[in-house]
Amino acid sequence: MSQPVLEFDHVYAAYNGAIAALHGVSLTVRKSEITALLGANGAGKTTLLKAASNLLPAGRGQITGGRIRYKGRDVTTDTPHAHIRNGLVPVLEGRRCFKTLSIEENLTTGAIGRGLERAQIAQVLEQVYDLFPKLKLRRNSLAGLTSGGEQQMAAIGRGLMARPEVFLLDEPSMGLAPLVVVEIFETLARLNRETGLTILLAEQNSAIALKYAHHATVIENGRSVLDGPASDLAARADIRALYLGGTPEPVRI
Amino acid sequence: MDWFGFLFLIEVTIGGLLSGVMYALVAIGFVLIYKTSGVLNFAQGAMVLFAALTFVSLVEAGVPFVLALLISAAIMVALGFAIERTVLRPLANRSPMTLFMATLGLSYIIEGAAQIIWGTEVHRLDLGISNAPFQVAGVFISTFDLVAAAIAGVLVAGLTAFFRWTRTGLAFRAVADDQFAALAVGLRLDRTWATVWAAAGIVALVAGLLWGARLGVQFSLSLIVLKALPVLVLGGFDSVLGAIVAGLAIGATEKLAEVYLGPFVGGGIEGWFAYVVALLVLLIRPSGLFGQKLVERF
Ligand SMILES: Nc1ncnc2c1ncn2[C@@H]1O[C@H](COP(=O)(O)OP(=O)(O)OP(=O)(O)O)[C@@H](O)[C@H]1O
Ligand SMILES: [Mg+2]
Repeated sequence: MSQPVLEFDHVYAAYNGAIAALHGVSLTVRKSEITALLGANGAGKTTLLKAASNLLPAGRGQITGGRIRYKGRDVTTDTPHAHIRNGLVPVLEGRRCFKTLSIEENLTTGAIGRGLERAQIAQVLEQVYDLFPKLKLRRNSLAGLTSGGEQQMAAIGRGLMARPEVFLLDEPSMGLAPLVVVEIFETLARLNRETGLTILLAEQNSAIALKYAHHATVIENGRSVLDGPASDLAARADIRALYLGGTPEPVRI
Repeated sequence: MDWFGFLFLIEVTIGGLLSGVMYALVAIGFVLIYKTSGVLNFAQGAMVLFAALTFVSLVEAGVPFVLALLISAAIMVALGFAIERTVLRPLANRSPMTLFMATLGLSYIIEGAAQIIWGTEVHRLDLGISNAPFQVAGVFISTFDLVAAAIAGVLVAGLTAFFRWTRTGLAFRAVADDQFAALAVGLRLDRTWATVWAAAGIVALVAGLLWGARLGVQFSLSLIVLKALPVLVLGGFDSVLGAIVAGLAIGATEKLAEVYLGPFVGGGIEGWFAYVVALLVLLIRPSGLFGQKLVERF
């Protein structure tokens, strides 16, 4: 087993100072692995990922307990900007592209956030275009006018522009056609294989997440309930029914 | 309408358009800040006054023109940074109403400070631009208005180039588009805000000099926010282009109304006509002519 790179240690989080969303979640993400974070609607996946990037305060939330360590260092109170500089890069739920900016400008913002120079920006831009040729074709289109799949690719590409070491993806499959989902997961798996990129991936689509992940964790109502190799979890048919909002019995009509 | 009537119409329209440029100049200061932070900066007028007073006082104290200009610009940039630091950053994530009230308070503080530092009398400001009108094909045009329009034009072109071609400008547009996403991407909101307040300070300086040269530097200068409001309603609070077009439109309609409708209602239309136009626009297009065009597929 490779070494831990991102560790959540009994993390508690709440919104508006009162509504508790995480009740002591622990999770270890290992270097160069794909870890799937599974759970039904409202389980706390987004909250956990935002906690990792210290983005909760911007949405009236906060970490109320526990520690988050990145490469062995306590980063619980680092700013979002500092996280990016250290290579811990989020891709937000719902893509959140800058709709009034072109695709290429969207990508460039990712590199600016990391503080790259012009020459470096041009270089990573080519790498991202190699990975997502569709983005190159649409480079001058306003992001708001591109398809959902293209926007997801742009959001991922924008994250890649920051040269991530650990990539935090929140539901990259959301609202996309199955073929596009496969294309995106194939690209992520390739990045993981070829560059050793570590990925923590929140998903409702447990089937596809377990197929590509090495390791998986299930959370329910802000608590960790299951943790293990992705293949083990995939083999257990009851998991979907119990924790992932699937129907326990086939519905008979 | 006879030939002279027609020439007169052209003359009034051009005069109106040129003074509209000056309205646009004040409105742009608002737009910059509103776009990035959602704050309706009521203190923009006070900043215009403060900038003009600073410059005039320096010149009156014997500081050479160019040096006074540079010092005033530096002071306005510093003021912008200070406001972002002491007012906006502590109030980040608060409601727009809270922020608006904060800038309202701020405008009194800035005006008060200006009064304490520079005194209350009216200052004459001479920028060395001729006031004599010149004639083109029978139409009289004010030299001062034309030069003022040119200066405003250069300023707008400069700002546009800055926001389009520089990395700081790109960060600005990203923050204006989606603040949370910008934060997540690692852009520093506080830096963007500081830059924008500094830019608004420079815009205030230019507006203050031009308006001050026209009306004299006095406390009523801060009331030009009231001239900018209808421009913002018409053009949309978040569009620089909107501010320019609306400034021109309001400048021209206001002058035309004064000249052609004024005699029927006893004059003085200029003071309130812009508000009537703004009100009509509000009824038809609440987001203004250019405001918040959503870029989205349906
Ligand atoms: N801004 C907020 N204010 C208050 N409560 C919130 C906020 N965001 C999330 N919550 C609550 O926190 C809990 C966890 O939400 P979270 O968004 O983390 O779940 P999730 O697992 O990402 O769900 P989904 O699969 O629907 O995206 C939920 O009960 C939710 O209602
Ligand atoms: Mg979520």
